[in-house]
Amino acid sequence: MTYLTKPKLHHPTLQKNKVGYTRRDYEGKISTLCAGCGHDSISASIIQACWELDIQPHRVAKLSGIGCSSKTPDYFLGSSHGFNSVHGRMPSVLTGANLANRDLIYLGVSGDGDSASIGIGQFAHIMRRGVNLTYILENNGVYGLTKGQFSATADAGSKSKRGVVNRDAPVDTVSLALQLGATYVARGFSGDKKQLVPLIRGAIAHQGAAFIDVLSPCVAFNNHEGSTRSYDYVREHNETVNRLDFWPTRDAINVEYREGEVIDVPQHDGSILRLRKTQPDYDPLDRVKALNHVAEHQAKGELVTGLLYIDPDADDLHAHLNTVDMPFNQLGVKELCPGAGVLEKLNAAMR
Amino acid sequence: MKTKSIQAVNDFVVKFANVNGSGSASANELFARSILRMGVPVSPRNIFPSNIQGLPTWYEVRVTERGWLGRRGGVDLMVAMNPQTWNQDLAEIEPGGYLFYDSTRPMPVSKLRDDINVLGMPLTDICNATYEDSRQRQLFKNIIYVGALAALLDMDAGAIAELIGEQYKGKEKLLKPNLTAMQMGRDYALSHLKCPIGLRVKKADAVGKKIFMEGNSAAALGAVYGGATVCAWYPITPSSSVAEAFERHCKRLRVDEASGKNKFAIVQAEDELASIGIVTGAGWNGARAFTATSGPGVSLMTEFIGLAYFAEIPATIINVQRGGPSTGMPTRTQQADILSTAYASHGDTKHVMLFPEDPKECFEFTAQALDLADRLQTPVFVMTDLDIGMNTRLCDPLEWDDARVYDRGKVMSAEELQAGKDFGRYLDVDGDGITYRTYPGTHPTRGAYFTRGTTKDRYARYSEAGPDYVDNMQRLLKKFETAKTLVPKPLLTAAQHPARFGVLYFGSTSPAMSEALDGLAALGIYVNALRVRAFPFQDEIADFVAAHAKVFVIEQNRDAQLKTLLVNEAHINPASLISVLHYDGTPITARFIVKEISAVSAALNVRPLKKDKAA
Repeated sequence: MTYLTKPKLHHPTLQKNKVGYTRRDYEGKISTLCAGCGHDSISASIIQACWELDIQPHRVAKLSGIGCSSKTPDYFLGSSHGFNSVHGRMPSVLTGANLANRDLIYLGVSGDGDSASIGIGQFAHIMRRGVNLTYILENNGVYGLTKGQFSATADAGSKSKRGVVNRDAPVDTVSLALQLGATYVARGFSGDKKQLVPLIRGAIAHQGAAFIDVLSPCVAFNNHEGSTRSYDYVREHNETVNRLDFWPTRDAINVEYREGEVIDVPQHDGSILRLRKTQPDYDPLDRVKALNHVAEHQAKGELVTGLLYIDPDADDLHAHLNTVDMPFNQLGVKELCPGAGVLEKLNAAMR
Repeated sequence: MKTKSIQAVNDFVVKFANVNGSGSASANELFARSILRMGVPVSPRNIFPSNIQGLPTWYEVRVTERGWLGRRGGVDLMVAMNPQTWNQDLAEIEPGGYLFYDSTRPMPVSKLRDDINVLGMPLTDICNATYEDSRQRQLFKNIIYVGALAALLDMDAGAIAELIGEQYKGKEKLLKPNLTAMQMGRDYALSHLKCPIGLRVKKADAVGKKIFMEGNSAAALGAVYGGATVCAWYPITPSSSVAEAFERHCKRLRVDEASGKNKFAIVQAEDELASIGIVTGAGWNGARAFTATSGPGVSLMTEFIGLAYFAEIPATIINVQRGGPSTGMPTRTQQADILSTAYASHGDTKHVMLFPEDPKECFEFTAQALDLADRLQTPVFVMTDLDIGMNTRLCDPLEWDDARVYDRGKVMSAEELQAGKDFGRYLDVDGDGITYRTYPGTHPTRGAYFTRGTTKDRYARYSEAGPDYVDNMQRLLKKFETAKTLVPKPLLTAAQHPARFGVLYFGSTSPAMSEALDGLAALGIYVNALRVRAFPFQDEIADFVAAHAKVFVIEQNRDAQLKTLLVNEAHINPASLISVLHYDGTPITARFIVKEISAVSAALNVRPLKKDKAA
């Protein structure tokens, strides 16, 4: 980390996207996380994805819980409203925010302590409800901010920095998300931005509950021999099922692929997710197979990454609740109050 | 019989002892409504177990032409339909009172009392002879006894028939058998029992324009009128019917005609933490949101309540109080969450509370709470209870002024930001402790801020500096002072004669207190009464205490929680306050209040004014 404040002046030659913003416009405050922290790479990927998607930064609301990961929304999208809520409860706050204004883009950032321990209930239920969001879980297997205790995603048999061996079974958030009805489930690695940025773009474009588990090594407390969340371990055991290319429209696809190599998944907004298979038999449209695949590889100590599942016909909580198109926070007394005349009738019915 | 039979017109208590789940509730309510139709006020109360089927349940109807809607205590006519509770029900009847029971198997004299009037009717025999189906036998038994009571109490059978007609309008298949059953019961009583008994209902004109409504439904309607769009809740007795009523009201009143889409969202959350989290998120993002819960739910919500207090996010919470602590008495009433709500959460917190007295104020205060939450940017609690919430109560008709607009508080617009207006999320520009906020997504480059539960400076920048923290905490205190000017004022009922003593009371104690004032005056004890309607306490409350030698504080909890709050927050000398506490889970009665106050008055050597002198 650095104590220097970022200069506000941008170099005039910086490339602008379609809505007239440079990448710098998507940055936030200087990170206060440790140098080399995987979370900072994720923040950089979010910045890149939003810039590439031509999203106006202020149309994003970024919400988080408590912990190292949950601090990061301060370090990207500085022109967006952010909400650093309470530990493990980002999902409920985001659900409420989403109900209040369906027109914004919701980004939920959480960690493994936040989502798999104290907040596992809220994590489960936001997936069930199909809230339209991008849920990024920055997964490092430890509690960083309280200095290195195991989290619930730590693998059984993995060793802490102090030499303690974890005996508890791990919570696999990807499997949970698949079981609980998330309609876009992916796993990425903070050390592989090329894979991660398109996964985030796809998640933001997805109109439903999108979940990305990002393996994000903790350089201070979980990057040693014996850890299964270190940079070295993740690199050695990364089993990628596919590489995602994100295309804003079908017309934009101008790369030739060989027959059978790719799967195109159109999204509601017209964009195309093109998956280049790295494992020929993997079918990301089949939830049950995805679950099995993850479980099989997990048993071998491997970490499956890529876009694991997508439901191209997903809908969201607003569709389930049949809410009006206009955001609730723009409705006033005229739209909401039935008035005195109706009340008089209601009174009459109660006599 | 040794004791004289009770003789009363339009002033007595009927209690029904039933088995939960036997279909008695609708028949009993039909009985109560029929009396209302005759122009005589009634005050019914459900006394029910935490159970769906099989355990004892009671329904008590106070018939009261004078309009005393508090629970009276004692029973003049017991309709004993539950053998499980026979002994207890029998014992509750006032000497000279009446017992109505199913005499298919007549009770031996040893099982009865010799100071009451016994009215037996072979209900089971009648039903078995008339109906084949066992469920019909059960359901119509209830209607048959209502018919019998109509004869015994000299009620207007036409009023009952009219209500049955309204209830089964368009359901002819149900209408006729219900009418027949009622008539059958009435005919049997008229030909086999001496009708009427000493208790009688006589047509009157004492109901007027009043409505008959449950407090929970009224609170939910207040949320509709007050502009709530998001309701997140977790089922808990006695508050569940608030959310359920909100859904019912919204389906009628909040569906956009053109699109058929809903101008509301209701989420049954996974727990109370999530429900208050959803409310907090919606409030942060500019929608009006509320939750309804009870004491245990508030306990679970406290972390979020602290966040909403400190990050200054509007939230409306309806606390339908029940008997605590822990699971306590989930189906009984208390006012025992005053302190846990006032100071909910860790650190220095305090919260706005409103205390409605009846369904009408449940409606008004819930709508007002939504305004206050936006204006003050803080959690606001509507502190109702089971007695108001889950009983159908007679009250003045609900009112709404069409000129009223929602007070959305200080929200800086895109135009103001564009014009260069200085935006500091926690910057007090008006001196009232209330700062401006922006909704997310308002302006491309201005007005965004980071909301957090940690300390910050006036521009919402993270800061652990002592002066920044103190500055913010002091401003929150100033904001709480501002709240005093916005919340409902206390209401005074002045004694007819100069009074040395005062009474402070709040919430569901109200009807019992009104009646007690009348009862005390009849004893020559005159007290001024002030009904507290909100926290923070206005100066009028301390002034009221200062103007009296002693002030009774009437509460439905063990620990005198309002008194503690008064001492703590209104700086009242505790020596000037005398607690009158009722907390057995039943609603407080006028009899109890009169007994307590008159006993203390006697001990304080107060000579009652002679009635003739007083008059």
